[in-house]
Amino acid sequence: MDILLKADKICGGYTNKPVINNVSLEIKQGDFLGIIGPNGGGKSTLLRLMSRALTPTEGRIVLSGKDLRKISPKEVAQKIAFIPQLTLINFSFTVWEIVLMGRIPHLSRMQPEGKKDFSIAERALSLTDTLHLRNRKIDELSAGERQRVIIAKALAQEPLLLFLDEPTSHLDIAHQVQTLDLLTDLNQKNNLSIVIVLHDLNLASEYCKKIILLDNGKIFKEGTPDYVLTYQNIESLYRTVVVVKDNPVTSKPHILLIPGNKKLEHGENSVTPQNR
Amino acid sequence: MILAVIFGILKGSVDLNFSELFSKENRQILNLRLVRVILAIIAGSGLSVCGIVLQAILRNPLAEPYLLGTSSGAGLGAVIALTVGIAVTYIPFAAFIGAILSTLLVYYISRHRGKIGVQSLILSGIIVSIAFSAIILFLLSTSERETLHGISWWLWGNLEVFDFKLLLIVGAVVALGIFTVYMFSQDLNAISIGEEEAIHLGINVELMKKILLFLVSLITAAIISVCGVIGFVGLIIPHMARLIIGPNHRLLIPVSCILSSAFMILCDSFARTLFSPSEIPIGVITAIVGAPIFIILLKKSEA
Repeated sequence: MDILLKADKICGGYTNKPVINNVSLEIKQGDFLGIIGPNGGGKSTLLRLMSRALTPTEGRIVLSGKDLRKISPKEVAQKIAFIPQLTLINFSFTVWEIVLMGRIPHLSRMQPEGKKDFSIAERALSLTDTLHLRNRKIDELSAGERQRVIIAKALAQEPLLLFLDEPTSHLDIAHQVQTLDLLTDLNQKNNLSIVIVLHDLNLASEYCKKIILLDNGKIFKEGTPDYVLTYQNIESLYRTVVVVKDNPVTSKPHILLIPGNKKLEHGENSVTPQNR
Repeated sequence: MILAVIFGILKGSVDLNFSELFSKENRQILNLRLVRVILAIIAGSGLSVCGIVLQAILRNPLAEPYLLGTSSGAGLGAVIALTVGIAVTYIPFAAFIGAILSTLLVYYISRHRGKIGVQSLILSGIIVSIAFSAIILFLLSTSERETLHGISWWLWGNLEVFDFKLLLIVGAVVALGIFTVYMFSQDLNAISIGEEEAIHLGINVELMKKILLFLVSLITAAIISVCGVIGFVGLIIPHMARLIIGPNHRLLIPVSCILSSAFMILCDSFARTLFSPSEIPIGVITAIVGAPIFIILLKKSEA
C-alpha cells in the first residue's frame, strides 16, 4: 500500500513549550488511524504538525513523496483536509457556499468556480447526505447536520487524507455514531484515509483500524485496538481504574469505568484480576 | 443609489429647481454638489468595505473601521496641527499621518511573535483610542476657543471639499484599496468561518491579515483626512447588506458599496438642508439615523 504521509522523528509544538517529542509514524492509503491519549498529551498538536499548520522544530514530514516544508500551503490543502474541533460560524452562509469553499485550494485567486467544481461540491453533499440542506443557512442547522456539512466541505477539497480533531465532542451519541459511520463509509467505499483525534476510547476502539496512544508527546503504544486498549495501558496512562471487556456485538475492546478508585496503588488493587 | 445621486444633486441650501440647476449661472453650485456626491460615494464605500474586512477577520459583527484607533489618531494629528498653528490646508495630511501612526501603534501592541491575535487587536485598539482621545481633550481644554469649533466640526465629519486634487488622490486610494480587498473575497469568506479553517484551505492567514489590515488603515486614514470621522456607516451598512444578500463577500462588497453610497448621499443632503443655511456635521446625521437602525438590527438578530 502507498505511504501517504510519513513523519520522521518530529518534535514541535508552540513556541515556548515543545509538545511533540520524537514521534515517527506512517499513514498509508486506506488507513483509519485514531490518536488517543490523556489531555495535554499532544494529540491535536501532532495533527496540526502533520497538516502544516505548525512547523516541526526537528525531524521531517513527507507528504506523498515531498518534504512538507517545501510544499505550499495551497498544495497541502489539496491533499489534506482538516476538520477542527468546533466550528462556530457567526455568519449565515448557506450550506452551498460553505461547501464551495472547499474548492479554494484548487482555484486561483478570483477564479470563479466552474462546472467541475459544482459537480464535485454536489457529490460531496450527496456523500454526506446533505444535498437537501443545500440552500439552508449553516447557523440554522442542528449540530449533527452542521458537522456533516463541514465534512462535505472537506470532501470538496478532494483530499487524500482527512484529519479530524475530536469531531464528536459536541454531539450526542446518535450523532456521534452517525458521524463516525459516515467516516467509515468514506474510508471503505471511497478509500479515503482518515486520521482522527478522539477522546472517547470506546469510539476509537469501535471505528479505528489502528490506534496511536500518545502520552507526553511520545507514542506510548501503537497498533490495533485489541493491542493498544488493554487495561494495563489505559490505567498506567490515565491513572484511572478501568475494566476492559469485549463488545458483545462487535467483539472490539470496550472500556468500563470503575468509580471511586482514583489512584491505583501497586498491589492494592480493588479490582481483582478475576473481574477483568 | 441613482435616485440618491439625483436627490443629492437637487437638494441644497439654496433652493433651485431642475432647470435652474443646470443653467449656466448656477454651474458652480452644480459642480459643488456633484463633488460632494462623489466624496459621499468614496467615503461611504471605503468605510463600509473596511467594516466588512474587520468584521470578517475579527469574526465579530460589531467591528468597525475605527476599531484600529484610526479615528482618534487622525483627530490627534489634526488637533496637534491646529494647536501648533499649521495652515488649515495641511490638516488632512496631519490627520492622515496621525491615523497611520496610531494604526501602526495598535498593530505593534497586538503583535505577538509575528502573529496578530484577534482579542489583542480589539483591546489595543480600544486602549490607543482612549489614550489619544484623552490627549485630544487635554489639548482642546488648554487651547483657545476659536480652534475648538473648527476641531469639533472636523471630528464629526463633513463632506465639504476644499481641495479637488486631494479628492482625486483619496478617490484613487480608496478605489484601489477596495479593488484589492475584493480580490480577497473568497479568502474573507474562509476566514469568517474561522482562522483554523482558512489555514487548512491553504490560505496564508497571517500574510492575508497583514495585507488587509494595512489596506483598511490606509483607506480609513485617507477618508478620515478629508471627511473627518463619520461613524456608523462602516458598522451598519455591512449588516444591512448581509441581511439582503447574505455574507458571501463576492456579493457583499459591491452591494455594500452601493448601499453605503446611497446612505451617505442622503445623509449629506439632510446635513446640508435640515437647518439650512447652516450645515450639520454629517457624522451627527449618520449617528442619529444609524444608531436606531443598529439597535433594531441587534434586537432582530437576537430574536
